[in-house]
Amino acid sequence: MGLRTTRRPGLIWLGLLPFLGFVGLFFLLPTAVIAYTAFRVGTGSGSRFGGANIAAALHGAYRMGLQNSVGMSVVVAIVAAILGVILAYAITTSGGRSLQRLVSTSAAVLANFGGLPLAFLFVAVIGNAGVLTTLLRDRLGIGLHDDLHFDLYSQAGVQFVYLYFLVPLMVLVITPALEGLRPEWREAAENLGARGWHYWRYVAGPAVLPHFLGSVALLFCTAFSSFATADALTNGTLAITPLQIENAVSGNVLVGQQNLGAALALNMIIVVVPLTLLYQYMQNRTSRWLR
Amino acid sequence: MRTTTARTAGIFLVAGAMLLAAGACTKKSDQPASAAATATSAADLGGMDALIAAAKKEGSLNLMALPRDWAGYGALMDGFATKYGIKVTDDNPGAASADEVSAITSLKGQGRAPDAVDVGTSFAVSGAAQGIYAPYKVSTWSDIPDAQKAADGTWFGDYGGYMSIGCDAAKVTACPTTIADLAKPDYKGKVALTGDPLKSNSAMMAIWTAALATGGSLDNIQPGIDFFAKLKSEGNFVPVKATAATVQSGETPIIVDWDYLNAGKTKDLANSGVKWTVAVSTDATIGGFYAQAISKYAPHPAAARLWEEYLYSNEGQNGFLKGFARPTRMAAMQQAGTVDPALANLLPPAGTNAVYPTDPQANKAQNTLTQNWANTVK
Repeated sequence: MGLRTTRRPGLIWLGLLPFLGFVGLFFLLPTAVIAYTAFRVGTGSGSRFGGANIAAALHGAYRMGLQNSVGMSVVVAIVAAILGVILAYAITTSGGRSLQRLVSTSAAVLANFGGLPLAFLFVAVIGNAGVLTTLLRDRLGIGLHDDLHFDLYSQAGVQFVYLYFLVPLMVLVITPALEGLRPEWREAAENLGARGWHYWRYVAGPAVLPHFLGSVALLFCTAFSSFATADALTNGTLAITPLQIENAVSGNVLVGQQNLGAALALNMIIVVVPLTLLYQYMQNRTSRWLR
Repeated sequence: MRTTTARTAGIFLVAGAMLLAAGACTKKSDQPASAAATATSAADLGGMDALIAAAKKEGSLNLMALPRDWAGYGALMDGFATKYGIKVTDDNPGAASADEVSAITSLKGQGRAPDAVDVGTSFAVSGAAQGIYAPYKVSTWSDIPDAQKAADGTWFGDYGGYMSIGCDAAKVTACPTTIADLAKPDYKGKVALTGDPLKSNSAMMAIWTAALATGGSLDNIQPGIDFFAKLKSEGNFVPVKATAATVQSGETPIIVDWDYLNAGKTKDLANSGVKWTVAVSTDATIGGFYAQAISKYAPHPAAARLWEEYLYSNEGQNGFLKGFARPTRMAAMQQAGTVDPALANLLPPAGTNAVYPTDPQANKAQNTLTQNWANTVK
């Protein structure tokens, strides 16, 4: 920066104001409102503080929803992370510039693909009357459902569909870390007598691992908060927390369940915030090495 | 530049003030004519001709929350405007029943307040309890089935339908006509709903209809949940959100939904080789309907009453039918031969054994569904 910049501490903080305002308005304030609403029981003038919504949100169908949500998100995040890192490594080491660019562009597009269109895409391909299903049955005599036991309209089916946007997301977030692995490190390791496995165990692995774990946390949060695709594929037969929130808050069927919705949202916040912090921490650790 | 801006601003200010003043004037001139505001029938005003004259004098009609492509309302509003030379305003066409009820109270005393509303039954009942509707009986009142109107005339059903089974006859050899049929092995991987029954009203009514067909009642929806659990475990129930697209792709050749929504698909899907037929399930069906009510605070009380007379005339009822909605006087009109047969043929024959759930029953069913739907249907 030039010599003419005079640093006045007060004014520097002023520059941060828009950011703080944004965080306050779109993160802290809504979180506070949700927490407040979650602890209100009853509506209108008869409302008071109490833990009934929180208790309801942790029992019965809602408890099952939370378990399903966490369980399926953990599995799908780990699977997507492993597939994504393999794909990203293959591409960064392939040396084909245009291939790399093509993959990163399409990954950016696919990572944002979701909702009803995505669900319908899979229905049209591997649904009961899907193109691939029909082809396999008519040409090869293999039933996707009867012989391979694959059911698109189940938890496994929804997880499979989630991979479609989670793997590209993993490629997007892990590629910079893999590109940061310098060829010199490998050469240096080999000069010191390291084999391929040693290089990964003592050099590349430790350098990339924090970023990898942070990415798993990010994928988990993405899967955990997705619901439009699951909704379109299961019509509520798969209970997951974000769908239950939607039903409580904006459904045409349940009335006066806003406070329960807030309690469910609070459950999700409690799960997601530590993971977001973990992601941040891991990112910072990685950036020490990979620049 | 600066002076120009200041001048422009000045012009806007003056224009704004004039608009406000104009608004205030309209308000004054639109004060309800007291005779019409308390009339409970056209006869109270001295007959239809007197009602028409009073409405024409008011000159306009405020409606709201009526999408032009819903239940034939676009053509109905145009038809009313042309027939009587009364200007029709349809505020916020996409609004919900709850918005209509709140507009009646929040816009009370203003010239732009709604004159008459078209609301779901629960809002008809709750609004009447709040005392925001003016009682009125149209001249065709006796044709409206008793279950679909308030005895005092505070609200009256206008159109509705029954739970039905839509089916692509091009892909299904024999279309099901009863809920029990849906469990047949022929329909494996074919039966669908239009949404999550915890969120979508029509999906919930489908489960409830299944309950009625399998030993449940309006007080017990559980057998319906169990029936769908059986359909799911046997592979008949495809839990995808059924849309026109999933019908086209062949994924959901059978949909349980309101008959007017199912019937609305027939024409659109015909172009893509789908032969969409609709049958009201004969073993059990649930009826649902919307209701008309006149605001007690209507700025145009005579026009509001004339609008109701128009909607419940043969012309108005056939207008609903044109939008695939089953008008409330349909049975009486079929007897009298005043229903347009070409339009009536678009809808399946009416359910003779239809039942209508009450609000407390609906609440109970919703709670049972919330606790048991995902637990049971796997």
